[in-house]
Parts: sequence; structure tokens; C-alpha cells
Amino acid sequence: MSILKKNKTFSIPDFTQSPCIDKVGVEERVARFQTRSIKSTTKMQGLKMILNMIDLTTLEGKDTPGKVKQMCFKAQHLHDVHPGLPNVAAVCVYPSMVETAVKAVEGSGVNVASVSTAFPSGQAPLDIKIRDTKFAVSQGADEIDMVISRGKFLSGEYNYVFDEIATIKEACGKARLKVILETGELVTLDNVRRASDIAMYAGADFIKTSTGKIQPAATLQVTYTMLEAIRDFKLATGIQIGMKPAGGISNSKLALHNLVMVKEVLGGEWLTNEWFRFGASSLANDVLMQIMKAETGIYQSADYFSKD
Amino acid sequence: MERLNVLKTYKIYIGGKFPRTESGRFYTPLNKKGEQLGHICLSSRKDVRNSVVAARKAFGGWSERAAFNRGQILYRIAEMLEGRKSQFIEELIFQGSTKAQAEKEVNLSIDRMVYYAGWCDKYTQVLGSINPVASSHFNFSMHVPQGVIGVIAENSTSLIGLVSLVAPIIAGGNTCIVVASKELPLCAITFAEVLNSSDVPGGVVNILTGESKEMIKPLTEHMDVNGMIYGGSNKKIVQQLRESAALNLKRIQTYDEDWMKEDAQNLYMISDCQEVKTTWHPIENIGGATSSY
Repeated sequence: MSILKKNKTFSIPDFTQSPCIDKVGVEERVARFQTRSIKSTTKMQGLKMILNMIDLTTLEGKDTPGKVKQMCFKAQHLHDVHPGLPNVAAVCVYPSMVETAVKAVEGSGVNVASVSTAFPSGQAPLDIKIRDTKFAVSQGADEIDMVISRGKFLSGEYNYVFDEIATIKEACGKARLKVILETGELVTLDNVRRASDIAMYAGADFIKTSTGKIQPAATLQVTYTMLEAIRDFKLATGIQIGMKPAGGISNSKLALHNLVMVKEVLGGEWLTNEWFRFGASSLANDVLMQIMKAETGIYQSADYFSKD
Repeated sequence: MERLNVLKTYKIYIGGKFPRTESGRFYTPLNKKGEQLGHICLSSRKDVRNSVVAARKAFGGWSERAAFNRGQILYRIAEMLEGRKSQFIEELIFQGSTKAQAEKEVNLSIDRMVYYAGWCDKYTQVLGSINPVASSHFNFSMHVPQGVIGVIAENSTSLIGLVSLVAPIIAGGNTCIVVASKELPLCAITFAEVLNSSDVPGGVVNILTGESKEMIKPLTEHMDVNGMIYGGSNKKIVQQLRESAALNLKRIQTYDEDWMKEDAQNLYMISDCQEVKTTWHPIENIGGATSSY
């Protein structure tokens, strides 16, 4: 079978034949990224890059328009005491909050991303998932974060998962589609690799590790496996896919190690917020504190930064 | 064949764990006879940073504990000190005290812990007040803990200095980072072992050993440290503390006491690490014949 995507034709591989992952090898490789020491100007550049790659996220049952407005304000005013800081890449909210978010970030260049397809479980009929997605897009979402059907995936119905992603991609229209694999529920790295392949061939613009609701979330091992899949996809088809680790990245050091990994696996091309994002809620404040520490030499306190 | 002595590696105490210093450095202080006291961690500013994070994390839970429960835990520390009395006495003698001095110091430390354990659920009643105001308000003031406190222990005291400074801080619901005496560090780490086995939550007390000169600046400048305590009278250290603390206007207390005196303990050492919170509670009428207040 072959399909046409972004004006390129390529054939769909047999997903049961996705490469197996050498877990021990991945762990060793990942351990080496964590030994990199990133200091002074490089660190500062990295920290600012991280800020600019964050999808500031609130995905809770208790979210209110007030909470979303507050977060959108923060997205555009990370730490006004320090002029010259970049804005975050996007705010990420539930479909019901998209309208509020769109108004709140208007004209700032910050995108609005909306989760959809019965996030976080994905346990809903396809027509509801399509409506969920279309609703978010019609409200003005620039990006859609969908979840795959992990139950179907684990029972081997890869075609169902593939078709579902392709259908949602169609429903997205111009909005970019991020496909959440929820790696914490996929159990093995082999599965992570297979799900990544399915998502990319089915039309994902981004692949994303987790919803943030399940532990473990974006471990370096999982992110590394997905980055390799992205690299192989690029080599096979010539199409560039973005990566978004989400959940569990709450400190600057780990975020910097992620950047090192992206640079070394995929190359500098991916080091912009068009191709790499962090899904996080508390990362921004830690990065801000690190920036202030680097500039003043004084350890900072959360008391002097806006609340997440 | 003579047995080779095994020297203990006295590790530091951060967040309820005993890590080695992040820097990997150590020093080997000697007693007056020239014997090695042990291999002691030479902590760095990054250990300071890690301890402040641990102390901040522990503050919420510790300050919100029932005052009575804090008292129970402080009393438990005293019990555990009593149980390890002989070890403390041995260490003090090894560090250069006479037997009589050492026994007195350990006994006094235990008693001092009990003294502050008793104050835990009483100091707010004694220090707090109901204030006369001219409007229809019930106005009262109470003491609430400052937060994370940095402690620079005096160089010349070992156990008693440490207990005298730390007990009132934690009795009042604060958490702390202690820079122990450089020359006499043994009891400080053994005291950490006592804390660790007496229901004190990890991070409430963090103990670092090494060069205080290296740690005073990052600790005092740290924006997340709310107050500093210095047990000593070195003018240079006091000056350094004042300069560094100016950044976030944290309060500095210096005590130049002889901790071996039995009365070197009082309620005001608790209130030194407290903030006064005053509440104006609107009511209909106060002080009149019809008022129930």
C-alpha cells in the first residue's frame, strides 16, 4: 500500500516488523547524555531555548476560565523583572478552554494547543473523537494533541490505530497534529517504537510521549527511542516530524539533557519550537530561576516568581 | 597481630539521607594529641543548595504539624540522645574534652532538648496576645514560623552548641540547614543519626560539615533562606552575614553564649525565629457589657 503525504508518495511498512529496541543499549546511550556538563553561555542559550519550547499546560478537571487566563498571561510575561526573555511556544488546554485561551493570547505569537479525542484515556467512539477535534479546531486551536487508543494497540489492532490517527489528521484541517503515545501504558520500548512508526506514517506532525496523567512519563529512554524513530522516518521518506516529551520534566538540568539528546540524535535542525516542544507546567519556573541564578550568582526562591 | 582501626566516614545529612558531599572532597581534622578524628566531608555550595531545597520541601509538613506532635518528636530526640550517651561521651573525649566535661555536655544537651520539647505547644500561648483596638474588631497576634533558617554553629562547641541552636528553631516549626563546627564535627553527624532515628521528618534538619567560609555566602545570599542564626562572636563572620543577608532582608540573630551554662536557654530563642501575625476579626461590639469577648 502506498499513500500520499505532503506531496510525497511512499509505501507503508508492515508495523509488526518495526525494529526491536535494545533496552540495555538505550540505557547506556542515555546515561552518556546525562554526563554532559553544560555551563555559562551555552547553558544560558540552552535555558532560553527551553523557555521558547515550552507548551505551558493545564489539564485538570478543576480548570476554570480564570485559571486558563492566568496561565495565558504567564505565557506572555514569564518574568517581567528580567526583560528580553522569550515567550513560551504554546499554551495547552482542554477543548472547552480553547476559546478563552485564544482570546487571552491573541497577537502574542503564542499558539493554542488543545488536547482532544477523549483525552486522557481515549476511550470513546471514533465519531465523538472526531467531533471533539473539530470543536477544538473551530474554536481556534492551532495545534491538536490527540491520544492513541492504547487498548487497541496492545491488542494488536495496528490498522485501527493507524486509521484513527489518519482520520483525526483529516479533522484537524490546518492545525498541526501531535500524537500522544502514552508510553507509560505501552510497557516496552519495542511498543514505543512501533507506535511511533504508526503515528508518523498515519500523518502525525509531532509525536508526543505522554498525557502527564500516567507514570512513568517522558523518561530519557522513551524520548530517545522516539527520536530514533523520527530520524529513521526522515531517512525513509524525507519528511521531518516534531517531538514533544511531556510529563515529568520539571527541572532545567533534565530539559538541557533532552536538548543535548535531540542535537546528537537528530541534529540542530530540530532545535526550534517548530520541531521540538516540552509539555510541562512547572519547568518554566525552574528555568527562570536558573537564568536568574546564572546572571546574579545567587540561588533563587520560588517566592519571587509567579505561581504556575 | 594488631587490628587495623576502621575510621568511620562521617557523611553529611541532607533531606533525611546521608550522602557524601557533591564535591567528593574530604578533610581529616586532628585532635590535640594529633590523632585523626575521621574523614569528614568538605561540603560545597552545591550541598548548600541541595539542603535548602530539602529544607523548603520539609517546611510545609513540619510547620503544619500539631504543636503537641512536634513536642513529642523533640522529646523523642532527647530519648534517643540518652540511648546513645556513651557514644557521644566517647566522641567528645576523643575530640579533646575531659570525661567530666563530656558527661556534663551530653547531659545538658539532653535536658535542653527536653526543655524545648516542652515549649512546643506552649510558646504561642505565652507569646501571643489579644490587643486592645478602637474599632469593632477582635484583634489578636500570634507567632508563626519564619521558614527555612540557616545556622552557623560556633567553632568551639560541638554537641551542646548544636542542640542549643537547633532545638528552638525546630520547636517553632522552622526547618534548618546547619553548618557544623569545622574542628569538632563528630557529634554533629552522630546527632544527625539520632535525628534520623527519632521521627524527625527528612529535611527538617540538614547538617553540613566543612569550611564555613565557603558556605556562609551562598547560604546567606540564598533567596529561599528566610533567616540566619550565628552562634559565635567572630566580627568578620557577622559582617559577612549582614552584607549577604541584605539582598532579601533576612533577619540575622547572633548569640554569643556559653552554652554550658544551665540557663543558656529561653523562650525568646524560639521567638527569634518567628514572625508575628496579627489578625483583625470583625465583630459587632467588643469590651462592652453586651460583648461576649
